[in-house]
Amino acid sequence: MELMLLLFIFVLAAFLGFELIAKVPSQLHTPLMSGSNAISGITIVGALLAAGADDGSTLTTVLGTTAVALATINVIGGYLVTDRMLGMFKKKDSGKKGGDA
Amino acid sequence: MNTETLINFAYIVASILFIFGLKMLGRQSTARRGNMLSSGGMLLAVVVTLIDQQVVTFQWILVGLGIGGAIGLACARLIKMTSMPEMVALLNGFGGLASLLVGWAEYAKPGDTLSTFTGTVIVLAVFIGGITFTGSLYAFGKLSGKLSGKPVLFGGQQIVNGALVLGLAAAGVLFVINGGAGAMGPNAFYALLAIAFILGITLVMPIGGGDMPVVISMLNSLSGLAACAAGFVILNNVLIVAGCLVGTSGVILTIIMCKAMNRSLANVLFSGFGSDATTAAGSSEGQIQGELKPISAEDTFAVLEAAREVVVVPGYGMAVSQAQHVVRELAEMLENNGAEVRFAIHPVAGRMPGHMNVLLAEANVPYEQLVEMDSVNPQMPMMDVAIVIGANDVVNPAAARDKSSPIYGMPIINAHEARTVICLKRGKGAGFSGIENQLFLLENTRMLYGDAKASLQAVASEFKAMAEA
Repeated sequence: MELMLLLFIFVLAAFLGFELIAKVPSQLHTPLMSGSNAISGITIVGALLAAGADDGSTLTTVLGTTAVALATINVIGGYLVTDRMLGMFKKKDSGKKGGDA
Repeated sequence: MNTETLINFAYIVASILFIFGLKMLGRQSTARRGNMLSSGGMLLAVVVTLIDQQVVTFQWILVGLGIGGAIGLACARLIKMTSMPEMVALLNGFGGLASLLVGWAEYAKPGDTLSTFTGTVIVLAVFIGGITFTGSLYAFGKLSGKLSGKPVLFGGQQIVNGALVLGLAAAGVLFVINGGAGAMGPNAFYALLAIAFILGITLVMPIGGGDMPVVISMLNSLSGLAACAAGFVILNNVLIVAGCLVGTSGVILTIIMCKAMNRSLANVLFSGFGSDATTAAGSSEGQIQGELKPISAEDTFAVLEAAREVVVVPGYGMAVSQAQHVVRELAEMLENNGAEVRFAIHPVAGRMPGHMNVLLAEANVPYEQLVEMDSVNPQMPMMDVAIVIGANDVVNPAAARDKSSPIYGMPIINAHEARTVICLKRGKGAGFSGIENQLFLLENTRMLYGDAKASLQAVASEFKAMAEA
């Protein structure tokens, strides 16, 4: 049953994702890509669970720890890089809206 | 409220923050706050995961977080704005590899044979994560110039890729039916791992450097799906929701980018675009004959000094030579001289969409001066001078005229319609996509050779000399 529930939210999330972004001005394509790339670092949650588990397997700990490090690079780097890019746009007067792509 | 309920509740909040974050990233006025919301969601997800009862030892977590945090911080702080695109590719590759390792760690757990479902999702996490990892690294190599930007094609490429896909499927099936155990299980797993890594490279190999933005967007979508598959491996809902959101919204973004180039995704991925650089020279009617006519910085100054309407068309060359600040300086001088200056931004100029906007914004170019391709093209015949700074394919008239050109049909900035075109270029080589540019051969085109920054500084100093005189 739990599996069905997970598949259920997977399908709903897929539809939401398809609808979520549309008509993004072209100067925001790169920050959007970079920002969503940071979100895909959510795999850090799985990595933490693997690295923190005490199942007596060295291999699991090694794999988990490496995964934590890699996912952390993805998350921290991704959010900061995106913020830096968006910070470049900040100086412009906010009354102006970006043109349509 | 027990711990598990609390954790799941926090995961719901994190998912909501991701959804709002993504939505807000699509609009100029809210983008930065959107990114912060989504990072808040990530922090929340990480913190509550630490109180999960599965997590009993912390020292390795701290090691991983410490190393990853330091590297991530250094990457984000030290990287130059111009190298942003390859940075995104690299980060994306790490994310994909992390998802692969999460799948692997679940397999490596001591225990019984895997159920068919768990086996299947481990296969998915490993193969999607593996392709994302090596594909992103290869894209990083191409973008940073460590590997040639040209498409690499070899005989029987499609057959090799087909064979790899079949091998991948066979290894996956063997792994699942053996439950990952016995003599076959581990071997099937390592075969799967190896094939996924190779496939990531062979899939990106034939794609030209000019198409890397689309490839990165697609790999970004894949890394989301890898996280999603990892979520099914460990039955974790926040991984499934966030990974799936990135995966599907990434598909939409990829399609938007393809549209900007007037190409289909299939065409980008499989055509080996730009590989046949010698477009049957002379044989097609759209070809322009002519020679490259160099111009000096002094003469450029003379042309610009007399101009009233100037349009600047920046490309990757501007990013490479860090010329954006000098460009802004020169634009100000031209404005003081009574000219009107515009910056025409092609949607795919540079290595990523918005690449030029970011750089020019960094150099404090006023937002009003940035115009998009569709609004500048009708005005092009009125322009006295078009300054093309290290742009190539996005101003190649062959895209509009020459049916045999591989970029035929791609919308371009019609710089060739300006009265005089000045092209700043490092040397006589072809563009990133490997295609000769007919713009450079036109009657009204002059070539200003040399590093873009140095060339512009030379022109700017002429202006300064005039002001002082």
